[in-house]
Amino acid sequence: MKKISIILFWFPVLLIAQDKIEGVVLEANSENERIGLSGANVYWLNSPLGTITQEDGTFTIPYDPKYNKLVISYIGFSTDTLTINSPRKVNHTLQPSNQLDEVVVEQKKEAVEKAFFSAQNVVTVNSEELLKAACCNLSESFETNPAIDVNFNDALTGTKQIQMLGLTSPYLLITQENIPMVRGASQAYGLTFTPGTWVESIQITKGAGSVTNGYESISGQINTELQKPLSDVPVFVNGYANLNGRLELNTHLNTKLSDKWSTGFYIHGNRRDVEVDNNDDGFLDIPLANQINVMNRWQYQNPETGWVSFINLRFLNDEKQVGQADFNPDTDRFTTNAWGSEIDTRRFDSSVKLGYVFPQLPFQSFGFQASYSNHAQDSFYGFNVYDIDHESIYSNFLFNSIIGNTKHKFTTGLSFAYDGYEELVNTQQFSRTDQSLGAFFEYSYTNLEKLSLTAGLRLDTHNRLGTFFTPRLHVRYTPWERGSLRASFGLGRRAANIFAENQKLFASSRIIQLDGNGGNVYGFDAEKAVNFGFGFLQKFTWLNRPGSFSVDFYRTDFQNQVVVDWENPNEVRFSNLDGESFANSLQVEVNHEVLPNVELRMAYKYYDVETTYQTGLLQRPLQAQHRYFANVGYNTTPKENGSQWRFDYTLHALGRQRLPSTASNSVEFQLGDFAEGYSLMNAQVTRVFSPKFELYLGGENLTAVRQDNPVLGAQDPFGPNFDTSIVFAPILGRMVYMGFRFKS
Amino acid sequence: MKKGIMIMLSLLISAVSFGQEKNKKMTFEVDGKCDMCKVRIEKAALSVPGVKYAVWDIPTHQLSMVVDERKTNAMEIKSAIVQVGHDTKELKATEEAYESVHPCCKYREDNTDDSKKH
Repeated sequence: MKKISIILFWFPVLLIAQDKIEGVVLEANSENERIGLSGANVYWLNSPLGTITQEDGTFTIPYDPKYNKLVISYIGFSTDTLTINSPRKVNHTLQPSNQLDEVVVEQKKEAVEKAFFSAQNVVTVNSEELLKAACCNLSESFETNPAIDVNFNDALTGTKQIQMLGLTSPYLLITQENIPMVRGASQAYGLTFTPGTWVESIQITKGAGSVTNGYESISGQINTELQKPLSDVPVFVNGYANLNGRLELNTHLNTKLSDKWSTGFYIHGNRRDVEVDNNDDGFLDIPLANQINVMNRWQYQNPETGWVSFINLRFLNDEKQVGQADFNPDTDRFTTNAWGSEIDTRRFDSSVKLGYVFPQLPFQSFGFQASYSNHAQDSFYGFNVYDIDHESIYSNFLFNSIIGNTKHKFTTGLSFAYDGYEELVNTQQFSRTDQSLGAFFEYSYTNLEKLSLTAGLRLDTHNRLGTFFTPRLHVRYTPWERGSLRASFGLGRRAANIFAENQKLFASSRIIQLDGNGGNVYGFDAEKAVNFGFGFLQKFTWLNRPGSFSVDFYRTDFQNQVVVDWENPNEVRFSNLDGESFANSLQVEVNHEVLPNVELRMAYKYYDVETTYQTGLLQRPLQAQHRYFANVGYNTTPKENGSQWRFDYTLHALGRQRLPSTASNSVEFQLGDFAEGYSLMNAQVTRVFSPKFELYLGGENLTAVRQDNPVLGAQDPFGPNFDTSIVFAPILGRMVYMGFRFKS
Repeated sequence: MKKGIMIMLSLLISAVSFGQEKNKKMTFEVDGKCDMCKVRIEKAALSVPGVKYAVWDIPTHQLSMVVDERKTNAMEIKSAIVQVGHDTKELKATEEAYESVHPCCKYREDNTDDSKKH
């Protein structure tokens, strides 16, 4: 019995011994010394079996009778092949050779490693897509993208209000190259301050964003990447004119100063001095406007050391005059001669970015960004005066690296923000300063195939919002080929700038009621909301051409909100949320190249956005619950000289929208409970003559849909029923434009 | 004197052969042809403890890595790669491993760059 166990015990050892070849690789030298060669390759020819010699030159390699050619190689030595037919000890000496048989290729490093957050629901709008709607600035860049809804802000300024997941732009974090941009004082008109041609691409993140950019994003994030001096063309000129008298000119001049430094000047001007009143209500349909916008960028890039940097300076002057066509600001300001309004904005921005990628470690980098901006708006709306000065400092330091390998990445850092506000609302002064300091850590995991995950947490301490944690989580899972499931969860908070965000209500006879509870921000508590959502994306090939199908659902639940209640036509009442407030959104989207070179994009969106007002839980006013979207693009195949035709057509159909109550007005000033649905069509044709020159011709609102009475009480603008804030459809009819682009 | 030379020599050899760097850049060729191959190769490389970063370039077939040399070596990484069906200069995948790759990744039949197709 004992014998058997001994045999059994030894048997596997013998087997292993049979399955292995042991040996030593030595270096041939003139003195015949025994020098073990470490790090030499030892492998079976045409097999998956191989090893490397130890420090003393010894090795152990599995033996498989299928292979009998053992190759021993080492850089700087000639490669030997031994024929081995049975396991034995191998003692081999390699002869030095002068030839290098393997050249180590130095890998060229990527200049900037971009953060990779595939777990998030990110849509990138590239420059090609941006050209589909040629006019004019960032607020109009979303017409061909169903993730963002574009609404009309008011009856006067022609400004468009963007929405995501049923929430207006204050609940979005709008950044420019990851520096918060449209916030505070610039909330109402900020998107119109970035000319369309300056934009290189836009990244739209649905749902809670990344913690690295702050705690403010609630329903999503829109990041704009601007043209970069190094990658933009040396000279770019774009001219635009529309039949309603708007003229625009954009010029980019980029120069490469050395192999490391480049600089660019970006100059934008737009002007409209033609008075347009197509609906004959005495009010201008679109403002008289004048904007000068100049930016200077400096880009530094040193691939040897791994440093990259951007320095940005921007100055903006924007003047708008709106109101009655016969309003003359010099004589009629603050009189009842005519109702008018002027909105003058001056803004200065500067920012510095510094990035460093460790030359030996392409996965490790740090980045620092700091920005300063000063925004001054002086305005009056009839007798209402509204001035705001907003000084802002933001800085962020990030460090990116890995845990073990690049499947586990992390980003950590600190951020600091300062905002100083000085506001004058009629005769009342409001001023406040906000300061916050935050630290964040974000971990992301990917197994490169099925699963990726991003989990972030930040801790901020804010002089008004207190000290709080902000968690965010994104998960993506691929259940089968080309399909992906996504889920996200996040918390967001913000201090509502109630006047700046709701400026349009100044252009009415509504009385402003501040019904606060003594909170820290204008007497209100900070806004706080939870957002979560899930979605599914399936890519497919049909008729041999690619397509995709996606559906997603998101919900935002407010724990506190500053409710803007304008259900009483004579007042606008601000108060803390007392009850429920939520936004549900569902989007179904199909994309397919239906015919060669013909891209079709269709979407249906459903919104259920309800808030508790004084009169109960109601749908948010001016929110269409059903929206349909279709976009068809056709590009001819470019000829050898680069010439091409591009056609684009977009249809937006909106269901009925609930109107804020006007029931207490006298009958002639009542609007009913709902505005009927309608559809809008836009189209554009671009003729590319060569890579240097192209012309485009387009039309917006081709069927000339118009709201009949955008200005309520237009006959008596100083009377009690005057209201320009209830706008649910275009005011201007058809708008035809054309322009050119020149590049060299 | 002789001892001194020996020490010098052994120091030199250890410096030449095994610097044992924590973040060693390493590059070698791996056969493959498309984005699916890329994911498979990079995943196999990263599954080897000590491989911190791995990027495979489709047109050049070069797998570039940052590796902790104290934990692994090139042959070990190549073993992991041939196990998922991709050939290297020294080690070759078994027929079974090669058969397990997606039909579009059959680089032995047609080793062209398919990066635009998938």
